[in-house]
Amino acid sequence: MEERCWITTEPLKVEEVTKRVIRREAGAINTFIGTVREFTKGKRTLYLEYETYKEMAEKKLEQIAVEIEKQWPSAQVVIAHRVGRLDITDIAVMIAVSTPHRNDSYEASRYAIERIKEVVPIWKKEHWEDGEEWIGDQKEVRPGVPLKEEIK
Amino acid sequence: MNTLLFFAGLKEAIGTDEVRLAAAGMTLGEVKEKVRSEYSLDQVTSCMMAINEEFAPEDTTISEGDTIAFIPPVSGG
Repeated sequence: MEERCWITTEPLKVEEVTKRVIRREAGAINTFIGTVREFTKGKRTLYLEYETYKEMAEKKLEQIAVEIEKQWPSAQVVIAHRVGRLDITDIAVMIAVSTPHRNDSYEASRYAIERIKEVVPIWKKEHWEDGEEWIGDQKEVRPGVPLKEEIK
Repeated sequence: MNTLLFFAGLKEAIGTDEVRLAAAGMTLGEVKEKVRSEYSLDQVTSCMMAINEEFAPEDTTISEGDTIAFIPPVSGG
């Protein structure tokens, strides 16, 4: 059986990921493609660098797939995340979900990306014209600098 | 012996991705505090801790041979 969750340094190919969830029972295939954005809050990104704790990250992706199967028993899911240097418009993450009916495919796909952002040990570093920074919980990495929400 | 793993910004701040430490018998929280004070790194505080590739609470006692990972706030996707 082909793996359903993986991390790779190779470019992700939409067709290859998506075809893994094609099956006769499905009436819907939802494909989420996360790409590298050029501008974030007006600031230009030159490229991103993703790092991972691969062994653990693949386990956590698999855990998310299991959670999806529990919540949407008719769903079949595939998740792939690319790491290393990624340029603007490159695909960073792909989630493909097939289900008998469309609503479940949307919901399961949304669930997968939100969980990835919570529990999968992958980090991205933004490279700008004038610097670079690891992205994460910026509130913690810069102690003493209050967040906008905290200034009332 | 135990292996401590560091990633992303924490790895850069410490200057290595791996440190060997005899940590058996200590709790995850104690190791975290030791690393925080030895390297004077407050960003350690915001890390989640993992043992053998699974998140674990800070009162977990470390066994001989365990691999301990410091997981800074993640930003995948």
